[in-house]
Amino acid sequence: MAPLAFDEMMTADNEPRPPYKTYNSWFESQDRSRLIAKSKEAENIFRKTGITFAVYGHADSSEKLIPFDLIPRIISASEWRRLAQGIEQRVIALNAFLDDIYHKQEIIKAGRIPRELIERNDAFLPQMIGMRPPGGVYTHIVGTDIVRTAEDQFYVLEDNARTPSGVSYMLENRETMMQMFPDLFHENRVQPVENYPYLLRQSLASLAPPGCQGKPRIAILTPGIYNSAYYEHAFLADQMGVELVEGSDLRVIDGRVKMRTTRGYAQIDVLYRRVDDDYLDPLTFKPESVLGVPGIMDVYRAGNITIANAPGTGICDDKAIYSYMPEIVEFYTGRKALLENVPTWRCSEPDSLKYVLENLADLVIKEVHGSGGYGMLVGPTATRKERALFAEKLKARPGNYIAQPTLSLSTVPILVNKGIAPRHVDLRPYVLVSDKVQIIPGGLTRVALKAGSLVVNSSQGGGTKDTWVLED
Amino acid sequence: MLLGRTAYGLYWMFRYIERAENSARLVDAGLRMSLTRSHMNGDLWDGVLQTSGVGDVYESIYGQNWSEAIDFLMRDKANPSSVLSCIETARHNARMVRTALTRETWEATNECWLDLKALLARRLKPADLPEVIDAVKRKTGLIRGAFHGSMLRNDIFNFSRMGTFIERADNTARILDVKYYVLLPAVTQVGSSIDNVQWESILRSVSAHRAYGWVYEGEYKAANIADFLILNNRMPRSLAYCYEQILGNLQHLQREYSDRHAAHDTAERTMKSLQHHSIKDVMDQGLHEYIEDFINQNNQLSQEISEGYRFL
Repeated sequence: MAPLAFDEMMTADNEPRPPYKTYNSWFESQDRSRLIAKSKEAENIFRKTGITFAVYGHADSSEKLIPFDLIPRIISASEWRRLAQGIEQRVIALNAFLDDIYHKQEIIKAGRIPRELIERNDAFLPQMIGMRPPGGVYTHIVGTDIVRTAEDQFYVLEDNARTPSGVSYMLENRETMMQMFPDLFHENRVQPVENYPYLLRQSLASLAPPGCQGKPRIAILTPGIYNSAYYEHAFLADQMGVELVEGSDLRVIDGRVKMRTTRGYAQIDVLYRRVDDDYLDPLTFKPESVLGVPGIMDVYRAGNITIANAPGTGICDDKAIYSYMPEIVEFYTGRKALLENVPTWRCSEPDSLKYVLENLADLVIKEVHGSGGYGMLVGPTATRKERALFAEKLKARPGNYIAQPTLSLSTVPILVNKGIAPRHVDLRPYVLVSDKVQIIPGGLTRVALKAGSLVVNSSQGGGTKDTWVLED
Repeated sequence: MLLGRTAYGLYWMFRYIERAENSARLVDAGLRMSLTRSHMNGDLWDGVLQTSGVGDVYESIYGQNWSEAIDFLMRDKANPSSVLSCIETARHNARMVRTALTRETWEATNECWLDLKALLARRLKPADLPEVIDAVKRKTGLIRGAFHGSMLRNDIFNFSRMGTFIERADNTARILDVKYYVLLPAVTQVGSSIDNVQWESILRSVSAHRAYGWVYEGEYKAANIADFLILNNRMPRSLAYCYEQILGNLQHLQREYSDRHAAHDTAERTMKSLQHHSIKDVMDQGLHEYIEDFINQNNQLSQEISEGYRFL
């Protein structure tokens, strides 16, 4: 049995921890059946507003709701300050790292990171070499996934520097909570997250190409309504008051990216793209892509459009790169990383591979390019047969995998028919980078709804919670 | 100014909402007529399917067996104009143009889709039909209400309205034409009670039998009914009213964008003809021929709007 997980709300003696004190007394004063009814009401709100996501490979159930749990996850101001400092340091390091690998490559020359890990990485884009985006910002919008294992022990689980998703749930969860329980927000002083769309818009506008005159025109590029995150793309465009465009709306004319409107073609200055690098420009990347804009990379290189996040930032999401993050942070900031990495074995290294194969039952194995909880093995809960099959995959392509110890993720209670029950959670705070780094106080808490499960991904039966950061 | 694709999505969203409602009304009219014409039910549903423009599709699947007609019109996915298909397409377009809609309009559309999808999930029993048809009218009415109460009167509004009225004009013209397909009266039946019931059904299908009574104070006459549904610009489903609205929206766009397209000329021409012709002129030309002509021009206008405003 795994050791008992750290519960963020209750101590072992069943006393509420300080950030939860006010909430707990409110909760105890509530009629349970009313809360269960409220829980249904929340689901109706989500269904009515169409807050859905698509699960790939489920043709019949093409739109699903992410279950929402109405017990908030609460973080104290001091805990948050600590996290925020660590996140800021990390995001600054990520941008410096990106600038370096696409220019002088000093980190390679200094022998801190093997050259082949960068240059033979699929997410490394040679087209970006020597290219410096407006303001020198590569990753404008970052989601840093954080897990907690004890009172004072936080780890960064992964960096999402390419296209972090889920921020619409952060906003809708808060909106729903405020609608259903306004009294809670009188009693608890919760830091606001609602201004995220405004901050994002400002942040993007401030990084418009230098030649842009007047107010920059911003657009969000979506792969379209069949994409799993389409709701979020539409939601953000709506909240920010910017255009929501698809590849078929855009064309390069006279060296500028323009969109087809009812009055002719109009120039776009900043493109927040939610389309992967590979699909961005069929002339540069995948020729068969219809999601992107032919020639946009030329416009980008000529400095006539800002693309957020910059192409080639995906390399930071690579889990082999992740294992070097402590070195990366120290190399660029000159200080030790404030936030810890989860110890990681790179299976490309023979000694590590040997250890991993011998200890499969205790480890979590992940693909270096994987995301969304797909293609991973959770050793302790896998069957003997699953482990044996996975061992074969590991031996065939060791460089494709990393391994980490199974962390005992912290728990926060969820509402169940019989009362409350602890479930494992993680946290994705959202970070905006322009000439400054802004971290939204809160983020998306994902919760594994199955008892004992450590997998919080929405595609694998995870839910979400509103995340509160309290004022001092 | 908005994306061409957004204008396209709005236009078709509202066309399909209108069509969903009209498909339901058509079934309603068919049901009423079938109550008085039980011995001729076959021809009747053939006529209704022709009116809806899906007779050929139906026959290619079911041949001359009309027992599937109601299901086909209400919920068959093979029929792009069935109520269920229309609502799905309308909601699909609404999702695509989500950012152009107010929350109220989007939620009304999404709810309409959720509710009708549930109501139309299974084959309908005859006893349930009136209730379902009523739900279609009510739910689409709620979308219209939310739209009117909350949307800014800008180009987004104009494209949506043009979709509504192009579709409505088309549907009203087709409903009138039903007389040609099904109800072509034998000379001996003109003015008979059967003839009256048929006209009343047509008026009912456009929610206009009471209004007709107010305006024409009397019995059902072919010329009066044609006048009402074609030329009367106070009747919200008449061709004249639809074209007033279409033209008004086109003129709005012309002022806002300071440009003019072939669509403006076509709409003005049709409007003039609706204003200056009398119902006698129409009947002299032949009602069916007149309507056929109108439907073609209406389609042409739709095409010109799509091209002029770069829908694709």
